[in-house]
Amino acid sequence: MTPDFTLNDPLIIADRTFTSRLMIGTGKYKDMEETRQAIETSGAEIVTLAVRRTNIGQNPNEPNLLDVISPEKYCILPNTAFCYTAEEAVRTCRLARELLGGHDLVKLEVLGDEKTLYPNVTETLKAAEILINDGFKVMVYTSDDPLIAKRLEDMGCVAVMPLGAPIGSGLGISNPHNIKLILENAQVPIIVDAGVGTPSDATLAMELGCAGVLMNSAVAHAQQPVLMAQAMRKAVECGREGYLAGRMPRKAYASASSPIEGTIS
Amino acid sequence: MIRLTVNGETMQLYSTDNLKQLLESLHLGEKRVAVEVNREIIPQSLHQTTRIREGDRVEIVRAIGGG
Repeated sequence: MTPDFTLNDPLIIADRTFTSRLMIGTGKYKDMEETRQAIETSGAEIVTLAVRRTNIGQNPNEPNLLDVISPEKYCILPNTAFCYTAEEAVRTCRLARELLGGHDLVKLEVLGDEKTLYPNVTETLKAAEILINDGFKVMVYTSDDPLIAKRLEDMGCVAVMPLGAPIGSGLGISNPHNIKLILENAQVPIIVDAGVGTPSDATLAMELGCAGVLMNSAVAHAQQPVLMAQAMRKAVECGREGYLAGRMPRKAYASASSPIEGTIS
Repeated sequence: MIRLTVNGETMQLYSTDNLKQLLESLHLGEKRVAVEVNREIIPQSLHQTTRIREGDRVEIVRAIGGG
């Protein structure tokens, strides 16, 4: 019988145990049905969403995302997307906690610039401190700076999530060396968040030793999002297994795979 | 009548209205929402006993798709 390695390789974030290492966002899909199908096919257990104003009576029958992505079935990870200050991010997390009946796991992202959506690290540090003191379990989106990643971990963030490339860019893991440096010093899960465009990008992140990958556009903006969700599930599993298996050493010269002895003459 | 701001829009209400009635009038009574009045979160259990006052700034939020 083939051993099932995933059974012995859980992902643990803030004492919660997960089987899937792929985390998926719920933005940018064509409709709720496509969102539901893509998320389900991806096998993701952690699913992000955003918190926004309701319409005030203009559209009373608007479908509710929480009816499609049920908090009973998924671990919901509310984000603070489009917050540009620590204050806005903290306010958003507190509203999310009320919205989700006391749920304390949040994705903190504080942005610094509309064009690059690059994280504002100083505001992120401020917000993380307030949220942790307020009892939140913070999974934090940040730059791929190893020193900042370590600092966020030391503050008590339950996962550190460096970008691979700017949000929604699909450029892949632009600095794998930095991700490796972050991984070398980390005691908490390191999750590549943002930048993944293809399944091979996700595999690379996992081969580096990341604990998981969080993505949205790579699936939602694929020509066939549901098929891409399936590909990403496999890519993340594949990269994880490759990492656990340990790659062969690199050599400068060839090394024959077939025995040299017994060749005919 | 009192005047208040809900999600950035000015609205008028009878002064007896509490937060629960406000949500019902917006067809949000049964929806999964979270509410802030003047930047303070009002837990759902307190909606019925929270009076709305002149000039209040109310934010009502819900979950939507996001990454």
